[in-house]
Amino acid sequence: MSIKHSLTESSEGFRLNRRQFLGGLGALTLAVGFGGRIAVAAEGSLQAGEFVPNAFIRIDKDGFVTVISSYLEMGQGTFTGLATLAAEELDITPEQLKVVGSPADAEKYMNPVLAAGGFKVQGTGGSTAMAGAWTTMRKAAASARAMLLQAAANTWKVPVTELQVKDGIVSHTSGKQGSYGEFIDSASALPLPADDQISLKDKSTYTRVGKADGMMRVDIPDKVNGKAIFTQDIKLPGMLVAVIAHPPRKFAKVASVDKTAAMKIPGVEAVLAIPGDNIIQGGVAVLAKNTWIAKKGRDALTITWDESTGSREDSEALFTEYKKLAATRGLEVGNKGQQVEEAPDGGKVIEAVFELPYLAHSPMEPMNALVEITDDGAHLWNGEQWHTADQAAMAKELGLAPEKVTVTQLYAGGSFGRRACPMSDYIIEATRIAKIAKQNGVTGPVKLVWMREEDVGGLFYRPMTVHNNRIVLNADGSVASWRWRVVGQSFFPTPEDQVDSGLMEGTHELPYAIDNMLVEQHLYQGDIPVSWLRSVGHTHTALVGEVLIDEIAAFSGKDPYQYRRALLAEHPRFLKVLDLVAEKANWNSPLPQGKNGERRARGIAIRESFGTVVAQVAEVTVRADNTYKVDKVYCAVDCGQVINPVNIASQVEGGVGFGMSFLRQQITLKGGVVQQTNFNNYPALRINEAPAVETFMVDSSNPPTGIGEPGVPPTVPAVLNAISAITGKFIRRMPLGAHVQA
Amino acid sequence: MIKLTINGQPQTFEGDAEMPLLWYLRDEKDMTGTKFGCGMALCGACTVHIDGRPARSCMTPMRSVDGASISTIEAAEEDRIGAAVQAAWIEEQAPQCGYCQSGQVMSAIALLKEKPSPTDEDIDAAMSGNICRCAAYPRIRQAIHRAAREIK
Repeated sequence: MSIKHSLTESSEGFRLNRRQFLGGLGALTLAVGFGGRIAVAAEGSLQAGEFVPNAFIRIDKDGFVTVISSYLEMGQGTFTGLATLAAEELDITPEQLKVVGSPADAEKYMNPVLAAGGFKVQGTGGSTAMAGAWTTMRKAAASARAMLLQAAANTWKVPVTELQVKDGIVSHTSGKQGSYGEFIDSASALPLPADDQISLKDKSTYTRVGKADGMMRVDIPDKVNGKAIFTQDIKLPGMLVAVIAHPPRKFAKVASVDKTAAMKIPGVEAVLAIPGDNIIQGGVAVLAKNTWIAKKGRDALTITWDESTGSREDSEALFTEYKKLAATRGLEVGNKGQQVEEAPDGGKVIEAVFELPYLAHSPMEPMNALVEITDDGAHLWNGEQWHTADQAAMAKELGLAPEKVTVTQLYAGGSFGRRACPMSDYIIEATRIAKIAKQNGVTGPVKLVWMREEDVGGLFYRPMTVHNNRIVLNADGSVASWRWRVVGQSFFPTPEDQVDSGLMEGTHELPYAIDNMLVEQHLYQGDIPVSWLRSVGHTHTALVGEVLIDEIAAFSGKDPYQYRRALLAEHPRFLKVLDLVAEKANWNSPLPQGKNGERRARGIAIRESFGTVVAQVAEVTVRADNTYKVDKVYCAVDCGQVINPVNIASQVEGGVGFGMSFLRQQITLKGGVVQQTNFNNYPALRINEAPAVETFMVDSSNPPTGIGEPGVPPTVPAVLNAISAITGKFIRRMPLGAHVQA
Repeated sequence: MIKLTINGQPQTFEGDAEMPLLWYLRDEKDMTGTKFGCGMALCGACTVHIDGRPARSCMTPMRSVDGASISTIEAAEEDRIGAAVQAAWIEEQAPQCGYCQSGQVMSAIALLKEKPSPTDEDIDAAMSGNICRCAAYPRIRQAIHRAAREIK
């Protein structure tokens, strides 16, 4: 399918329809070989005394290198990955560089992997950063190096082939040497090497890429001493902090507000009604000199809500509705072979309906954004995951051209997809508050700060889903046929005849050798907006698929690892990862038993997501009181060429922990009101529940694939499979809670 | 008037005595290392030391710190144990997004001051009030053990 022509980047900002967008994401794994040009000019240039050969590298007169990241650093380690590639190709040390976030610029900083899928934006998502930068950053650094070496050769009047570089020092066989900084003037006058003339290092000569000590994380020193700056930390002269009261019943409107008490609080500058729409909740914002006063003012409001437009969504009723839908034929997403109606002699029919809840992202830094409206434009300070999309959304809200909105990129205190809201909700809300403030004569930059309660209740959840599966097994335990129906919501308004790959990914692409497979989709048009959560559709499809594979294997008493092996015989990459995790976890030897009354077992799961294959083995203990503990998770990963092994291990450890939180989390609604508010009733994994995690990487020379998300999907099914191995009961509804069913 | 010291510096405060210490540090003193996470002492991102004990500054009103000695992440490196914890955090490459880490580091320093050789159970007890949504827990645990070895 060609989707390149289907871009709709219009003056009112891009609003791709969901098919175009999701088609783009679906093409991710095909796009890793993207060979994008990085040149933005015919020659290098000197800007503010620095050599600027392209949009990604700047080198000053001391030879100090600034690496420009078009991606957000939200904890996934991308800044360090970029630094590693730049240092490798430039032959510099970690002390000779820093990494800074780029401004929003769809032309210079387009995400090449998303662009190859037809989605021409600057954005950080789909675990694409290193897959894209593998080409762009290496070429950017290598071309800078080539130009600097040529400049040195010209200066010294020696052949460039007689030069070498170590630790940022150029040297010649004659003994001449000088730092990169000495050649920036003359390098700036040289033509840029043609794209196909840029030569990249051979893997055999790497000193940093793939090495455990190749590059420590560049962002960590400032993250242990409080100096790292997040949006929450920015304070500008004259800035006001806005704290908002959202309608308890989602999408209700403000009927009236009594602001008397709030306005009496010293430091409260304004109380403003903020109209909501189908994207932002709106409500009443209190603007004050500091966060506490704004919150106190917000809490002092008496608001009467017009609930006529309010949602009546109720998650229990929704599950009932979903289950009804799931019992009917849906849109065909994939269909091969023939469905078998009845179980053959000695076979079995498994009817399995799964109910999986809405989930909130709840990063440690609640959503916030700082907006300054100037005379001829506007500026945004944000940990920006959706750079040019948010830029366009903000411009639209203000009636400006996108280029009139500039963005300062900051660290994000986590995101997990929340800061890539497809509808730019919290950015629009901050902008609308600043706009209405200005209309009311309240000037100055406005920082919107959601309290934790606004964040948990802030919608754009991982969609709740019902999965209705019917699997017919032959007497020997093989699958005669499998029908898998998914009911859920789309991230975008979606015609019912279109497949939503954000919902369906990992169903019809199941790698297992199953001849007869039918996958169907039902889209529900609900009130509650949804979006991608770290690992997106795989958060639910991996759970369902991998739990069912164990259930299928159990019917014929087959070992779940061996059963998977047999079904993956045609997929050597999967087999390698699966065998690696089984070997490291000692799958074939018995698990040491626990103390009296404790029962222990292993569970296994494997999943490809974002181009990366991850398998995990969880060791779980069920105690006498039916509480459980995940003791250890072994992980095996094939993410192509390893760039930073320590960061990969760290991301997979984090993915396991993120997945484990799902065992306890759910967002529920009653009458349009979200029932969860804070970490007391929307819990997150804590250290006392966190398993030991050990990660093993397959040595690969294929281009790098994603790592921020792929650690998540196998964790829950591996844990559930271990629990089922202990209890003999298969789990159909999440969250599991603190206890297993006896 | 409320008198207190912050990282050894005497301070006075005459504003709203109900304001939590967190917002005084962040919005009045521009010490933004201490983070806002939940506002209800549920996540630990705002952990500081009050008279040497770890405390959640988001639920600590200013009226309760009259005469108190506060130390924050900004002064951690001046403390022998604080510096060891920070070095171990870097050595183990613990942080990911980093937003919770000021609180994690402050809780770990308090733990090591009380128990210089903590067991895993001690770590669970002292650190379970600090949420890390990136789930950097295995590295945080290793970093505490490493710091314990370093301060011996």
